Order: sequence, then C-alpha cells, then structure tokens
Amino acid sequence: MADADFEPRLVGFLCRWCSYTGADLAGMSRMEYPPNLAPIKVMCSGRVDPTFVVKAFRDGADGVLIAGCHPGDCHYSTGNYKAMRRYPLLLKLLEQFGIEKERVRLEWISASEGEKFAQVVAEFTETVRALGPLRWGERVGTTSKAGG
Amino acid sequence: MVTITIDGRKVEAEKGWTVLRAAKEAGISIPTLCHHESLDPYGACRFCTVEVKHRGRTKLVTSCTLPVAEGQEILTRSEPVRRIRRILAELMLARCPNSTVIRELASRVGVEKSRFRRPEEDLATITDREGCILCGMCVRLCDDVLQVGAIGFEGRGVRRKVTSPFREPSDTCLVCGACSSICPTHAVEHSRIRPQEPSIIPFEFEEGMTGRKPIYMEFPQAVPKVPVIDESTCMHFRTGGCKVCEDNCSAGAIDHDMEEKTEEIQVGTIVVATGFELYEAEKLSRYGYKVFPDVYTSLEFERICHASGPTMGKIRTRSGKTPGAVAILHCIGSRDENHLEYCSRVCCMYSLKFAHLVREKTGAEVYNFYIDIRSPGKGYEEFYKRLLEEGVHFIRGKGTEVTDVWESPEEEGKLVVVSEDTLLGIRRRVPVDMVILSLGLKPREDSDKVSHIFSIGCAQGGFFLERHPKLAPVDTATDGVYIAGACQGPKDIPDTVAQGAAAAAAALSLMDKGKVVLEPVRAKIDPDKCCGCKLCIANCPYQAIDFDEEKKVSVVHPELCKGCGTCVAGCPSGAAVQENFEDVQIFAEIEGALAD
Repeated sequence: MADADFEPRLVGFLCRWCSYTGADLAGMSRMEYPPNLAPIKVMCSGRVDPTFVVKAFRDGADGVLIAGCHPGDCHYSTGNYKAMRRYPLLLKLLEQFGIEKERVRLEWISASEGEKFAQVVAEFTETVRALGPLRWGERVGTTSKAGG
Repeated sequence: MVTITIDGRKVEAEKGWTVLRAAKEAGISIPTLCHHESLDPYGACRFCTVEVKHRGRTKLVTSCTLPVAEGQEILTRSEPVRRIRRILAELMLARCPNSTVIRELASRVGVEKSRFRRPEEDLATITDREGCILCGMCVRLCDDVLQVGAIGFEGRGVRRKVTSPFREPSDTCLVCGACSSICPTHAVEHSRIRPQEPSIIPFEFEEGMTGRKPIYMEFPQAVPKVPVIDESTCMHFRTGGCKVCEDNCSAGAIDHDMEEKTEEIQVGTIVVATGFELYEAEKLSRYGYKVFPDVYTSLEFERICHASGPTMGKIRTRSGKTPGAVAILHCIGSRDENHLEYCSRVCCMYSLKFAHLVREKTGAEVYNFYIDIRSPGKGYEEFYKRLLEEGVHFIRGKGTEVTDVWESPEEEGKLVVVSEDTLLGIRRRVPVDMVILSLGLKPREDSDKVSHIFSIGCAQGGFFLERHPKLAPVDTATDGVYIAGACQGPKDIPDTVAQGAAAAAAALSLMDKGKVVLEPVRAKIDPDKCCGCKLCIANCPYQAIDFDEEKKVSVVHPELCKGCGTCVAGCPSGAAVQENFEDVQIFAEIEGALAD
C-alpha cells in the first residue's frame, strides 16, 4: 500500500476567526504536530467553495481539511452551517471521482483549541498516510492555469 | 394650612392632619403605643390623650384621632393629662405586670406599682407573654393592611382577646411575621397562629448570613442607589394589600404597579464585564461545607471581615466565640483535575489577607494549607514575607479533609483539618475553630449565552476570548465589543481595573473616530455574470444582498457586508466575488502550497 517514505500532502482551509487562530495558538503554545498540512486562510468555512477541494486534489493534495468555528459560534453567525450542508454533497461528488471520503475532513476547531488542532492534524496525517498517495492530478491531467 | 398652639408653641399643620401628626412634625413628642403610619387612627391605648381648649371649652381627647382645627390650643403635659396617663399606666401594669415595655412606660410617668389587680383568667391565646394591651395593631395590620385576616378579636370587655379563628392553627396565615414585629409590647407569639417560625429571607449580598426585607438595597454601592422590591416575598404581591413602604416614603417614590420592561438603547460600542462566579463548595463534600457551621467560603469570610458585614467586622464562630485557631485551605476547586484545572490566581493573595486579618483582629493561630504560594505582583511577595514574620503557619500540602471526628483529647469539639505536610513528609491533623475554603473562580453560568449574544468566543470552559493574548487583549472577535475583568479570566482587582480602563479607552477611541473602517474583504456581484437565482440572498447571514428587480440581478450593500464569503462559495454562475479572497487568489495559494 503506502510507500515507506510517503509523506502525505495536506491542504487545510481554516476559517480566519476560530480555526486559523486555533492553529496560531497551537504554534504559540509550541505544540508539536506533523508539518504535512499547508494552511490556507479563508474568512469563513462557508467561503470554502467545493472547487477549492477539487482543485487541491488535482494539484497533488492527498487530503483536505476544512475547519471552522463550532456550530453556533460562527463569527458570521451561520457560515459554518453552510459548510456543514455542503460537505456531504462534496463527499458524494468526490466518491464519483473515485476519491475516498476519508481524504476530506470537516472539523470544528475553536480559537482556544490549539491542542485539538494539533491532534486533528496528527490524526488526519496518519489517516491519509494509511490511504496512500492519491495522485489524482496525474490520472486526470492537470491544467496549468487556475480555473474550475 | 391650619395654625394651632401646642404647649404654647404656634404650630403649622395641614388640613386633615391629626393633632398627633402635627405635634410629631413639629418635634413635640406625645407618648403613644398603638399608633402606626400605615394604620387608621384607632385610639386604643389612649396614651396620646391631650387637653384641648377650643372655643372656650376644655376636653381630654386622644390626639391620634383628633383632627386639627384652626385656633386649637393643645396641652400635652398639663396636670389632667399626666393624671390620665398615670391611671392608664396603672391599668396596663395591672393587666401586664411582667411586660418590660409597660413597666418602663409606667415608670416614665411615675408609676411603679398598680393599685388594681388583674382578674384571674387566661388572658390571651396568641399573645402569651402577658403583654397584650389589646391595642389591636396586629389585627388591624393583618386584616386591613395586609388583607390576610388570619387573626381577630374574640369576646368582649374583660374577655376580649386576640386569637386565630376558633383558637385553631390558621391556614390563612402566611407566616410573614408582621404581627409580631408591629406589636408595641412584643406580646405576639407567632407560633400560636401557625406553628411555623417566620422564614428569614436570606440577604444575597451577605451570602445569606443575614436576612433582608422584601424591599431592600441590593448592596451598599448599588447603581442606581435605590431600593428594590423582591416580588416573590413582598406581601403586596402575595395578598394585594400592605404597601406599608409607600406610606413610609415621604417622597412618594414607591410604585407597586411598575412593571419590568425591556429598554432598547442604541450604542456604538460595548464593554462586556460580566465577572465570575465562585466555585461551588458543595461539590467538594469532604470539606464539610454546609455540614459544619464553621466552614466558610472565602466570600462569606470576606463579609465577616467587613466592618459593615453580618458581624460588624468581628471574627466570630457561628456560636459567637472568638476563634483560637483558624485554618485557611488554598486551592479548593482550583488546580484540581476533577474540578477547575487552572490556577484561579487571586486565592493565594486573598488567603494571605485573611490570615493577616485574623491575626490582627483575634490573635488566633492561623494555618495556611497550600500547594504553592503564588505571589507575583508588586509588593505581593513582601506581604507574604511579612505574614511569615507575623507568625502565620504555612503547611505545604493541600487540605484533604475537614472532620469533627476526634482522635485525641485536644481535638475534641473542634474541626480537624487533615493534610499531608510535604515538607516534613508526615500526615498532619490540625484542630481549629474555623475553616475558610479559598475557592476557585469559574466563569458565570450563563457565559455561553452572553458569548452568543455578542459573537465573542469562549475559552477555558466559559471565559471570554480576547482577539489576541498580547496584541489585542481587550478586543474580541466582534468589532466594537470589548472585554474587561474576570469574565476574560481570573484576575485580581488591580488587573481588573487596568483592563477596564484599557477597554474603556479602546471603546472611546473607536467612538472618537466617528467612523468605522471596514475590512477590505467584502463581496461584490458582477451584474454581467449574475443569473438572478437569488441563492446568494438566501446564503447571506446579514441581509446584505438585495435583488434589483429592474435589472434582475443581486446587489451587495458594501456597508452591511461583513465579508464572510458564503455567497461567493454558493454562487453557481461565478458572479459573486470576494475582494482579496477571490477564487483565483485562493487557487494560486493552493498551487503555491502544493508546488514541489
């Protein structure tokens, strides 16, 4: 299955108010977690367009994390509920592309949960490591420019 | 206005006043037993009898029932009046020979012994202390004012007495205690009306260590500094009667018909300073709080030490004795995996303060049971050192138990604090008279609700989250909402004051600008691409998008848009764009993140 020296490449879409700040807190608290995740700041988990996820997989990501505020705690009051509703639809779409649903993870991480952030990244890295490389981009062919 | 003469003095009185009232307003005292502002004049005790000269005639009349009339001449100390009072005193003394109030009154008018004798007969039923003078204040109060009517008169003449109906325990009685408090001779035995003592309303500010009235000042520094009425205990709200407080308020400021109302106030900035709660001592049953009366919470002891507290600042056990030894148990509920994991930060210092006060006020031995002494701050460590010199005992080990089971004779009748002494490596049992539990600070019960109202985050189980621990310590995730004090985390008074001032300054600087800077992340909709599906309108949490019916496209109001981008992610035609978070920009970020 997985290569012995396979290092999963993960992209994380973190909402600016809770999860990104939570990631900041993990850093400030000097917590150790795998360096596999590249965080991308969005204003709200509701901003995460499903095409971002597809784009990340096509560009070589092995897993994508979407993280937002806890339900009820959204800075924009309901953005995370939108993300929550879009998530199952996204999984359905990815399934049709032959992408395992374990490669996308939706998490609620508050600004005070640096520890949870570190733990989620560590767990997710191991999950994706066990799944092995995706190489979806190689299979479907990448286009050089951005676009849906 | 009416002008009358009392004892040779011209006195102005309003029409409708009684002579007694006119005299009282003028500062002339007329003795009376059965008069009360809230009760109608009754003239029962007749002690207020005065001599009236009006239109050439002289009469002896009770001043509490006599209305003022122009030209009246009143004598309150004439010989006929004195004689009447002496006879009255003798009669009352005969009836109630054991009543202190009557005896004092009698001796004031020069009567030490009565020449009359009381008929041999049971005197009264509810007024058992042989002090009842049948003035009827209790009956009138209960019936006319409180509208309860649990007691009344029975019999006539010498057989007249105050009882409950059929001399049976009354079901109507609300056990308010008004009858016994109004009785001028302290004769009402309440338990005879209903076998139940009037329950004391615990005063919240004094941690329930004293009682309060249904109308009360919430605490001495209350803002606004006006009394409040507690509807659940106020007799007016229970029976529809009473309103005694209204009769007493000369300013006429009390209005029982006032209703709770919600006021909407438009503001630009908000400082949230909702404070903390003390951890519940009941949750730590091994320390015997509420089991042993002399185990106190830190807040209770704070009130005991205070000069305006329930003991006027005297440190006494519940039985009224000066303690010989006092134990202060640090970190109760704090730094405890089973309760609050964090250090509550203020307990060490207030425990040291208590230790100092106990030493100063009583000279008792003070034992501090601590895990670590945390005294960071200006002058704090010095204060700790001073206490060491004052002879306060410090035992390094958290108190594990408070018990009254004694193992040696010196522990008998004492509270015993059991603890490990980690410096000596032994188990200690310290017998004391008082135990103070230095309880940790926890977030308020409703902090979740408050954080939702203001959209500010909660951390550490309910303390509000600042935007940045170092760079924005009073700001929150919501612009214009600031936090100050212990609602943000346990902190002492100097820190709270500093943070409060900082929050106020931050709020002021925002208001002073007079304008709000928007984040450059708003959404916009390209009218050429918009298909008019209105999905964005449904997605927007701020109603910031409207539909232009003429052009059949959605339009974003930039001043309402907060820039979450939810509409952008949901737009099927790619017409919605978030400034500075455009799809192409995020795609480029993804590419960059995944570039080899």
